[in-house]
Amino acid sequence: MEFIQYDHVSKSYGKQLVLDELNLYVKENSFVTLLGPSGCGKTTTLRLLGGFEKPDSGKIYLNGNDITALPANLRPINTVFQKYALFPHMTIAENIAFGLKIQKKSKEYIDDKIKYALKLVNLDGFEKRSIDSLSGGQQQRIAIARAIVNEPKVLLLDEPLGALDLKLRQSMQYELMKIKQELGITFIYVTHDQEEALTMSDTIVVMNQGYIQQIGTPEDIYNEPENAFVADFIGESNIIEGIMIKDELVSFLGVQVPCVDKGFGTMKPVDVVIRPEDVELGEPGKGFMDGVITDCLFKGVHYELDVQCGQYEWLVHTTKYFEVGQHVSLNVIPFNIQIMNKPESEDEEVMKEND
Amino acid sequence: MINRLRTSFLAMPYAIWVLICTILPLFYILGYAINTGDGSFTLSNLIAITDPVHLKSLGLSIQIALITTIICLILAYPVALILHNLKISNKGFIVFLFILPMWMNFMLRILAWQNILSNNGILNSILSALGLPTIHILYTKAAVILGMVYDFLPYMILPIYNSLSKINDEVIEAASDLGSSWLNTFFKITLPLSKDGIISGIIMVFVPALSSFVVSNLLGGGKVLLIGNVIEQEFTLARNWNLGSGLSIILMLFVLASMSIMNKVDDSENGGMLI
Repeated sequence: MEFIQYDHVSKSYGKQLVLDELNLYVKENSFVTLLGPSGCGKTTTLRLLGGFEKPDSGKIYLNGNDITALPANLRPINTVFQKYALFPHMTIAENIAFGLKIQKKSKEYIDDKIKYALKLVNLDGFEKRSIDSLSGGQQQRIAIARAIVNEPKVLLLDEPLGALDLKLRQSMQYELMKIKQELGITFIYVTHDQEEALTMSDTIVVMNQGYIQQIGTPEDIYNEPENAFVADFIGESNIIEGIMIKDELVSFLGVQVPCVDKGFGTMKPVDVVIRPEDVELGEPGKGFMDGVITDCLFKGVHYELDVQCGQYEWLVHTTKYFEVGQHVSLNVIPFNIQIMNKPESEDEEVMKEND
Repeated sequence: MINRLRTSFLAMPYAIWVLICTILPLFYILGYAINTGDGSFTLSNLIAITDPVHLKSLGLSIQIALITTIICLILAYPVALILHNLKISNKGFIVFLFILPMWMNFMLRILAWQNILSNNGILNSILSALGLPTIHILYTKAAVILGMVYDFLPYMILPIYNSLSKINDEVIEAASDLGSSWLNTFFKITLPLSKDGIISGIIMVFVPALSSFVVSNLLGGGKVLLIGNVIEQEFTLARNWNLGSGLSIILMLFVLASMSIMNKVDDSENGGMLI
């Protein structure tokens, strides 16, 4: 049995089904991110593990023990909340000591732990300060310190960086990864920010409408999305309906293009996913199709282009500038063409329609 | 600058109201208090509080106000907590039910209690019908306290309920996440974080209870003589406005003192609130 296991877990609020027969395994000492749009069930999944919600059906196991009925205060799990949830009437030291005092640790032990935790989150010497005197980023670090001093087996993080500004969010991402390395415990992280997920995790669980869409490493999720929802949600994509003529040959937008995918059968309808940075522009007639530049925006690292080819408008990222109205050709190397099955079951169809 | 002028202009009606209806009368009362009937200066109206009859009334008032406040607090806190924890959508309606009695005329409500508690009243009819001994509670201290608790309870429930509503649910979850039991969370988190509401409630019950005279008139039947009753009698029966004003000033000092004590308690954590 895996370290953490969700076994056919369902949860609904009133008539709304939030999780449907969820099965999920988490390895010990991994950094798992639950990623998805709001309302996809990721926070509920986390809260079920924290003990703040009870599943309607199904079981949750930690280290082989059934913890489904165990109340939150008896689980060896701690949580970092989105809005910090610090105790406003206590000093920073009292906040951090809260869990340790309940465990009846000695004063020396608690003082040492507070010092260690504050050092870990780069706030040494803040013991006596009040919560009000801290910025949002500092408050979130205290929330992290307060959780980790209890030496939990699992740390749950519920969109902990959601309330912070971009620069701070990025530096906190690296700090969290550092803390994770130092502690060597399992992190389960919830976010709707794909960049955060790709940067920090070693496993990403993409969720939508209460279903898991894909589980994989950040590279897998980005490069080999399993369905149109994942492709669309993670980064930007050109998603085009096509037909798999035979192994390694796909037809879309009226042209036949070689690819590397096999095993879809012959003359099978599929979705073709091409990342905007994988489209190469050249002189007219030199690619698999020609088009006209309709828009060119400077984005810092790259230009974002719209290229009209008949009825379809491609999204293309290049580092070269193109005039609006310029005629170009498009080319994609076979390796960068990603073929996905069209949704077959009703559930999958629902997911696609709602993306 | 113009904005500030405009805002202070908006406060003018209230300022005029306070000036005419609060500050001026206050000076008049002070004027009466330090005068003999014929217009010469004296402190005797203030010192009159040391008269054993007056001291006894003041002592009784403080005692009854304290007991009323404590009973209100004991009754109100659990109610506010249960209300807050109710997982229903129209919580506002339940809160409305609690303040509904305040819509009925205050005198009418107290007169109703007079009927219920009287020797041949509803309470004793029920007791004798059940074969239990009847009780003589009307015109005792207990009846006055009962009336005051009944009357002032909503003023304790509302501020406590409000302060509980301001506590972030995540903070309570964080406590249990850190291993805290329900009881520990209540004493270490919920109670300290609702302190503002408790203090507001105490002041809103204690102050009117200290100066009340209607409840003791109707349910005490002249046998429970509170300082409020003494002052009322000086104005209405004895027509000694100077003595009445002097005792009013002393009572006001007690009210201010009790409020500043409560604010001191509150100041230890965050800024003062009511005054």
